[in-house]
Amino acid sequence: MKQKMFADAALAVGTGQGAATKTTISAKFAKFRELGLLAVIVLICIGVQLRNPSFLTLENINDIAANTAILSILSVGMMLVIITRGIDLSIGATLALSGMIAAMTVKAHPGLHPLAALLLGFAVGLACGMVIGFLVAKVGILPIIATLGMMNVFRGLTYEASGGKWVSAHQMPDSFKQIATGSLLGINNLIVIAVVIYAVAYYFVSHTRTGRQVYAVGSNPESAEISGIKTKRILWLVYTIMGGLTGLAGVLWVSKFASAQGDTASGYELSVIAACVLGGVSIAGGSGKISGIILGAVLLGILNNALPMINVSPFWQNWIQGMIILAAVVFNALVKRGIDRNNLMRRKI
Amino acid sequence: MEPRVLTSKKPFTLKGFFLQWEWMLVLLFVAVIVMNVNLSDYFWDYNNLRDATMSFLDKAFIVLPMVFIIILADIDISVGSIVALSSVIMADLYAHGVPMELALIVCLAVGTLCGYINGLLIVKFKELSSVIVTLSTMIIYRGIAYILLKDQSVGKFPKWFNYLGWGYVGSIPFILIAFAVFAVLFGILLHKTTFGRKVYAIGSNPTASRYSGVQVDRIKIIVFTLAGLMSAVTALFLTSRMGSTRPNIATGYELDVIAMVVLGGISTAGGKGRMIGAILAVFLIGYLRYGLGLINISAQTLLIVIGLLLIFAVSVPKLKWKGTGAKGKAV
Repeated sequence: MKQKMFADAALAVGTGQGAATKTTISAKFAKFRELGLLAVIVLICIGVQLRNPSFLTLENINDIAANTAILSILSVGMMLVIITRGIDLSIGATLALSGMIAAMTVKAHPGLHPLAALLLGFAVGLACGMVIGFLVAKVGILPIIATLGMMNVFRGLTYEASGGKWVSAHQMPDSFKQIATGSLLGINNLIVIAVVIYAVAYYFVSHTRTGRQVYAVGSNPESAEISGIKTKRILWLVYTIMGGLTGLAGVLWVSKFASAQGDTASGYELSVIAACVLGGVSIAGGSGKISGIILGAVLLGILNNALPMINVSPFWQNWIQGMIILAAVVFNALVKRGIDRNNLMRRKI
Repeated sequence: MEPRVLTSKKPFTLKGFFLQWEWMLVLLFVAVIVMNVNLSDYFWDYNNLRDATMSFLDKAFIVLPMVFIIILADIDISVGSIVALSSVIMADLYAHGVPMELALIVCLAVGTLCGYINGLLIVKFKELSSVIVTLSTMIIYRGIAYILLKDQSVGKFPKWFNYLGWGYVGSIPFILIAFAVFAVLFGILLHKTTFGRKVYAIGSNPTASRYSGVQVDRIKIIVFTLAGLMSAVTALFLTSRMGSTRPNIATGYELDVIAMVVLGGISTAGGKGRMIGAILAVFLIGYLRYGLGLINISAQTLLIVIGLLLIFAVSVPKLKWKGTGAKGKAV
């Protein structure tokens, strides 16, 4: 037994020296992760284009970008949550609730300025996020349990608020629908909003103290606490940001599809989580990049658009999405192992 | 972390005995019954009570292994999807001429396999929490059910199959007897065997358990496989009760099951809780739902009630222990 252990150790040292000069493949890949994702996106586009020439038309590309905008806005919030080792399953319900309340308000007051509707949805989402943040940070409930519970509360509240009825297109004023269909300098509003949010988020996570603290809390909560970071406040903050962004997305969603229903965006949280893990956000916490989640969201948006175009049955989409999430998290884990092994080898020299 | 002694029991005191979470559940249970009796004249009727019990017991089978999973400080949110997949495969096979007896065995096998895959993934990729693994398998399993059946429903099972969900032994529902048998088996497994002690040990401190020779991986795989098997058992009873199946059955079962387990006093931090608490919680939530249904509370309001109940159940013990320094942990 002991001899075997020594042999193993010797073997490890041996291979370590052998590989010390060159990094492992998976460690290499980590550096070029974004390039790899980009390559996958290009490959998919070429493949779909060959099957269906109407894929890469300007109209369809614009469509994909507008569809991806909402997903990518939500991914920003979800990235922050996952970086702190959490998860938020309630965003589909929060989105429905804030969208429904905004839609019912514009239905009752058609003269309302669209910006006011956006603000209202944002406020509702912010409140929902604050409740979840309180439960996770202050009461200390596991994020999965807290968000699973509140998901049902918010979904129930959506039905209660609407009395089970829809708010449909003809009940919404045109000014409200134009939030999503209008454009600024020829670019769809949704895309403009998403780009602004990405710019702000990039500045926040890379150049502000609080943003860096989010990463610190995620990579090691104990040492973050010891080094004077108010961990609980950071946790509360990320769930509140998530809620606020979801509220905003709720109004955009309702405006885009021109209908608010009780089951709006049911299960959409899974797409958002998929976009994040595809973009390299580690479920173990502490890592994730804005550039990664943009690509993750775009890849998912393209897949959602392309699958119906090459005649994949909608009944396959669930399965495909699940496999994407599983493959992405397993892949992330393997890459992480490669990096760790690589670091270990370098230390041996 | 307070030190936990696993082998020796605390000295018995009357105060300690009555301050247990289970007594709180009994009180709540009585409160629910009193409320129901006051709300509706129809509640306190043997036939009504019996029917109510039969209608909520199907998911109770999953509660039993979920107790083990949460004591391990893990979670399984794919159970609802496993129910759907095993039920759909059984119905699809039967519709294609496979004898029902065989389809029934396949149903159990499918559930077991799904649970085994969950366990295997969690053990092989320790970087991944059980949250993300079962989240993705949740989508995958239900996805397969959708691929197989699209949006159709399949039914027309043989007569004897209806007995599972609707039959009686004397005047006692068969499903109640089945649940009692499984509950006793799982209770013994948790509280009277070394396997159960090891589950508690892993939940309290997985690293220490591994170093003291507990086969953590094997036990985790067994527990998740059991959850798959019991989900398939639920699929049998649920399908029999409904008389047909479709890919969207048992949606949201994971919430109900987890709510029952944590309300039963099983701590999500792992290592704590007893089977009897979860079983009490099954009946507590079941009769609460039934009573609220009797006075025409909508299904949507019930969602809110169950959600809040879940939050309440996990908050109360946390608030209680706040002073002693015990802390919750991240996913």
